[in-house]
Amino acid sequence: MTLQILVNGLVAGTTIGLGAIGLSLTYSILRFANFTQGDLIAWGAYLTLAVAGAIGGLLAGLGPAGPLAPFSFGWTLPVALLGGMALTVLLALGLDAVLFARLRARGADAIILVMAGFGASMALRAGLEFIFTSAPAYFTRELQIARPLGAGMRATPDQLLVLGLTAALVVALHLLVTRTATGRAMRAVGESPALAAVYGLDVAGVVRITWVIGASLACVAGTMSGLLVQIRPTMGFDLLLPLFAATILGGIGSIPGAMIGGLVIGLSESLAVQVLGAEWRAAAAFVVLVVVLLVRPSGLFGRGA
Amino acid sequence: MEILAYAAFFLTVAMTYATICLGLNVQWGQTGLFNVGVAAFVGLGAYVSAILTTPEATGRIGGFGLPIAAGWLGAAAAGGVLALLVGALTIRLRSDYLAIATFGVAVALQLVFQNAEPLTGGAFGIGFIPRPFAALQREALAFALTNLALSGAVVLALYLALERLARSPWGRALRAVREDETAAESLGKSPLRLRLEAFVLGGMVMGLAGAVQAHFIGFIAPANYLPALTFQVWAMLILGGSGNNRGAILGAVVVWAIWAATAALIAQLVPAGEQARASSLQLVAIGVALCAILLWRPQGLLPEHRAISRHLSRRP
Repeated sequence: MTLQILVNGLVAGTTIGLGAIGLSLTYSILRFANFTQGDLIAWGAYLTLAVAGAIGGLLAGLGPAGPLAPFSFGWTLPVALLGGMALTVLLALGLDAVLFARLRARGADAIILVMAGFGASMALRAGLEFIFTSAPAYFTRELQIARPLGAGMRATPDQLLVLGLTAALVVALHLLVTRTATGRAMRAVGESPALAAVYGLDVAGVVRITWVIGASLACVAGTMSGLLVQIRPTMGFDLLLPLFAATILGGIGSIPGAMIGGLVIGLSESLAVQVLGAEWRAAAAFVVLVVVLLVRPSGLFGRGA
Repeated sequence: MEILAYAAFFLTVAMTYATICLGLNVQWGQTGLFNVGVAAFVGLGAYVSAILTTPEATGRIGGFGLPIAAGWLGAAAAGGVLALLVGALTIRLRSDYLAIATFGVAVALQLVFQNAEPLTGGAFGIGFIPRPFAALQREALAFALTNLALSGAVVLALYLALERLARSPWGRALRAVREDETAAESLGKSPLRLRLEAFVLGGMVMGLAGAVQAHFIGFIAPANYLPALTFQVWAMLILGGSGNNRGAILGAVVVWAIWAATAALIAQLVPAGEQARASSLQLVAIGVALCAILLWRPQGLLPEHRAISRHLSRRP
């Protein structure tokens, strides 16, 4: 039973970690705490659901597509995820164009961007409630049996897939940021946009790439969470505090840091559920946040706050 | 008569929002501190005052039956202590850490309101909170008017006090820190200390506002202190004009009027099953409005006027 806390925590932590990587990148490169990241996660889940519904509707004549054994979903979900990612990216780029880019162009303080994001997040979340109502939605109705992993731990095939996919994404992203010219440009803009522009870097392009990565990860995180738990309009907003706690714990701008931060938050949530009861789950992220701010505000891999 | 009583009720609620806005204006308008946990400060004040003043109840800790004034004072003190703790933790760090920490406090306190049942009554909240002028409760108009006078007096007193503070040396130092921290520091002002003082003062005002609201309504529950409250108050201050105390009050009345009018419209026009959905459009509108004001009229309806000192007439 005790080792099962580990599995539950790691699985919950992957969603938080993926979302936190997106948050950490926008935080370090665009230089503001983006309160819309949580709602991009929720929108990502709903957009994937909508695309899956559309594919299902178009291909209804071909007969029902069975699940891909041993997973609970059919081939439409991975395809829909790609569509959902594209739409989430469009949403983020659109938001940047109408809101954040204009404020940046005016030379507004970072805190004004934070506030604008705060207002936009309210509109995005309530918009989801308006379109899809607040009733939960599901990608699949299939039930999955958790299989024994040894040492008393159990996990469903879906959960293992999510863990593996997350690990692959984190490694790929880390290599992108540390080993490629694009990654170098991103870090340069994060250091100093003005200096990067003087050196002839395409700052607007870097901003675009940052949103593309952040929104794609948000969509993947939302879809994973929707697959393993359920889809609700408030799912992203509920994730926001864990995301911020994970980002600050990992150190702003650090991709491995954000992932480790996410896993730590996931594990402490799972521990809180076990020790205090499920109703106190959300307190875990708050406690971690307070401890980090007290002990090491720059985070594990940060360079000073 | 009924319309008059309703108008008085409406304005009393608007005055409680105006009180919250005045507190937020000290933090954001005068000092530039971004508090995303307004609901936590207001809710804390409401719960502290309710626990201090309600009669004893079985199965619940608290219920001290103290007079309403003691509840108000306790609420302001609690708001101040919470602000002191959050401020001491984050004010020395980068500015958006305060936003994240206050957001966290709002989530955490909401959990306490929901789950610490012996203290807060859980999801059902606390009822039978003593109301000011309860003896008049049978005469709706007299009750509504006396309560309006009381909440209006709170707003007026705070307005006068805060205006005087803004024109005092302390207020000048505060704005100096907001505009140019290095310059202020080189003149011997401590930015950290000034920021912390302003944050605590704002927290006290918000705690008091929560208590005033709780005693007027007579009943509180966790659902009153959701993030939507924080959004509403921010929309009020930004629309009215941050940095301007009159703007804060005007914004509270205008936004609350729009909110109440659209809620009444939805109740009239939308079929019962779709009302929750239609109300979410209200929140979309508030979010969009907040962004639109930041984009096109960041100074709000009543822009901040540069006050130097009450001894100097306004500059041309």
